[in-house]
Amino acid sequence: MSLAPAPEANPADVSGVLRLDAPVKLDCGRTLSEVDIAYCTHGHLNADRSNAILICHALTADQYVAAANPATGRPGWWPRMVGPGKPFDTDKYFIIATNILGGCMGSTGPSSLDPATGLPYGLNFPVITLADMARAQAAFVKQLGVERLFCIAGGSMGGMQALEWVKAFPERVFSVVLLATAARHSAQNIAFHEVGRQAIMADPDWRAGAYALADVRPEKGLAVARMAAHITYLSEPALQRKFGRELQADGLSFGFDADFQVESYLRHQGAAFVDRFDANSYLYITRAMDYFDLAQSHGGRLADVFRGASAVRFCVISFSSDWLYPTAESRTIVRALNAAGAEASFVEIDSDKGHDAFLLDEPGMISAVRGFLSASARALGL
Amino acid sequence: MSETVFPLPLATERQDFREILRLVRPGARVLDVGCGEGELLALLRDEKGVDGRGLEIRAEQVSACIAKGIAAMQGDADRDLDEFPPKSFDYVILSQTLQAVQAPKAVLSALVRLANHAIVSFPNFGHWRVRTSLFVKGRMPDTPALPVPWYETPNIHLCTLADFVGLATELDLRIEACAALSANKPARLINPRSEVENWRAESVLFLLSRKRSDDPSPPAKFRPSPDAATRDLFQ
Repeated sequence: MSLAPAPEANPADVSGVLRLDAPVKLDCGRTLSEVDIAYCTHGHLNADRSNAILICHALTADQYVAAANPATGRPGWWPRMVGPGKPFDTDKYFIIATNILGGCMGSTGPSSLDPATGLPYGLNFPVITLADMARAQAAFVKQLGVERLFCIAGGSMGGMQALEWVKAFPERVFSVVLLATAARHSAQNIAFHEVGRQAIMADPDWRAGAYALADVRPEKGLAVARMAAHITYLSEPALQRKFGRELQADGLSFGFDADFQVESYLRHQGAAFVDRFDANSYLYITRAMDYFDLAQSHGGRLADVFRGASAVRFCVISFSSDWLYPTAESRTIVRALNAAGAEASFVEIDSDKGHDAFLLDEPGMISAVRGFLSASARALGL
Repeated sequence: MSETVFPLPLATERQDFREILRLVRPGARVLDVGCGEGELLALLRDEKGVDGRGLEIRAEQVSACIAKGIAAMQGDADRDLDEFPPKSFDYVILSQTLQAVQAPKAVLSALVRLANHAIVSFPNFGHWRVRTSLFVKGRMPDTPALPVPWYETPNIHLCTLADFVGLATELDLRIEACAALSANKPARLINPRSEVENWRAESVLFLLSRKRSDDPSPPAKFRPSPDAATRDLFQ
């Protein structure tokens, strides 16, 4: 099945699910068949199919980058960056956003039905990698009729997918935007993810991953996982500025209710998350991120990974208060890009908003990405 | 990151830009070290079709470059030049920045490793106004080329024309051209070893290359444009 209508017949905003034509070969050795990829597109593909931008989402985001999310009713997750006149200008570019392989917003993942059994995969879902996600995206993009992307962009885990694209399909990418990301997961990154996974697996309702069969959900465990992770997305100054030691009510309760506003905030984050996210997906995706080490296949020499991508243009942006993927990780990428002879722009944006800064109103980032894309469009003759 | 701060561009258009524009071969690959907001790279791109990149230590300036569509990287001339493979560029430009780096000798060596040609400009501390200020008043200079007081200046390694020629000789660099720059006057080709020029030149610009180049292609010959005498480059 191919979805490649004439551009003029193509409405500006599309969402749907596409079944991949071929099974996806996975790094673990298994092959996944009947793979669905849920997606949204915005804008129009031009006649020579050269203006497509793939936006890759982070751990818990989805394909609703610029469209309201039907599960939550909330607007797209990147409103300042994607839309008419925005840096990812839907009047000019054809924006593609997919839910990752292993996700829970319509793409095949552990909550999908296993065609072999007719039951939800649960832990029978194969352990996937970032490279597997990129492979599935690449098949999807090709099926959409796009041979080469004008740009691939992503923050956090989205950047990691973009890096896997650059490694596997450098000839299919013209330019790359990497925000608040890294070329590998550090021990600290793995450690935090392990806390989250253990919280989920300690929930009696997890039932060794088969909770769907029992019609329950490990909500408490998943909420704790989200609370722990959410702290890593912020920064100490941001938390202090937002909450300080402010109390919910007058005086301390001398009990274990949420006395502090920051406690209440985190509990809310946890509770809201379980409504929209699948616990097994969380396990699988965090595992994929922990396995991520782009240069491992090249003896740890990241520059060698980028040798095939010396014609690709990169824009790498980090944030000064991001302690999840600190600036040093971006610098490592940039150093390797320079050594490989690729054109790399890099800036560390001064911000106290922590890792999540890439999702927020950061004028330095917004103007840099806008300029980078415009210059890349000029270079490609768009 | 070291605390090196590059000087702010002079309020007027940087006087060395026009001369650099004249020197750089069209379509060349250029790295501008201490590129500020990319003014020179934009000129080189628009007028010479140059494939340019910038290195700049201040984040806001790097953002400004990228926003203008200029490829730029936040980094420190003292630390980050080694990131690039040898001969990544045709020209590396260090415009009014050498005197502000921690290790000018190491930076200069790095420049000629990265490119066949280095273009370096800096204020001449041997200029008569500087000497007069020190000799007569006993005070650090306050001149058009060195307008910032000693306690605020980013310039930590000032040198004279003769000093720089000495360093270039020590590093075995070929001086392909040297021009004296003064505000509101055309650039003058000078003999860099002239004692008189060491008094006269307010600011100088060098085109340098490695003497023992393993690159078989001959260095681009510096040719003063035929109308150099009549064309006032700074007005």
